[in-house]
Amino acid sequence: MIALSDYLIVAAILFSVSIAGIFLNRKNVLLLLMCIELVLLAVNINFIAFSHFLGDVNGQIFVFFILTVAAAEAAIGLAILVVLFRTRRTINVADLDTLKG
Amino acid sequence: MSFEKFLFYLFAALMVGAAVMVITRRNPVHSVLFLVLAFFNAAGLWMLAEAEFLAIALVLVYVGAVMVLFLFVVMMLDINLAELRAGFVRNAPVALIVAVVMMAELAVVLGPSRFGLDSYAAPSHRPADYNNTAELGMALFTQHLYAFEIAAVILLVGIVAAISLTLRRRPDTKYLDPGRQVTVKAEDRLRVIRMESEERD
Repeated sequence: MIALSDYLIVAAILFSVSIAGIFLNRKNVLLLLMCIELVLLAVNINFIAFSHFLGDVNGQIFVFFILTVAAAEAAIGLAILVVLFRTRRTINVADLDTLKG
Repeated sequence: MSFEKFLFYLFAALMVGAAVMVITRRNPVHSVLFLVLAFFNAAGLWMLAEAEFLAIALVLVYVGAVMVLFLFVVMMLDINLAELRAGFVRNAPVALIVAVVMMAELAVVLGPSRFGLDSYAAPSHRPADYNNTAELGMALFTQHLYAFEIAAVILLVGIVAAISLTLRRRPDTKYLDPGRQVTVKAEDRLRVIRMESEERD
């Protein structure tokens, strides 16, 4: 049978990989957004696993709300990215060193 | 090894492999496509954990909508890849060390000694007529109704913010103004005159 620790370890591996991705691609805003999506996915797997093993549906409700907020965050993040690229012609984080619009 | 366990390891291995490909690919388009694969396999894991509604929602909403949005943006931007990859090799050892240390710490805490089958026995399978969607909906629309309404408002704010951020007026584009179009009268454009017919020479 699949143990709870199996789910937790898989989620932990996914979490570590995405944090490593944030380190590796710290110049590329697009990849950073993708890594944040992966982090949220790892957290969601934890919620689902605990919900399954404790027989409590509230964990799935949490995942529902996390998915909602993550979708809104991705939409706004990508909109900001498009505006950024339109004005600066770059999405390199190192070039974004001024607050002037 | 049971079929269920085989499926778990298959989905888990594919998901982690796809995540590694996401962070190491040079081309962002490939990264997004591997992200789709990772989300799809995560949906398989959720299905194994009997969270059917969320597994389908993940495929429909995430793979179907959010990832396509990512793909649109990646293909719209004309980005200089070489410049963005600078520092990749230099950052790799640090990233590897951080990831391995974090993984080891998490494994110590979350390992089988504390969260194994002895402490958390595997729950018995739900009966065939169990409806995950109905149970989720019941909890969502009674106990968590207020949070549900707030989530709806967050999505609305997301729509308004995304549109107002990217909306722009371009003065050089030629477009029709429907408001002015419908107010045009025939006498503004056309003049009917009466004239005598002329002799042909």
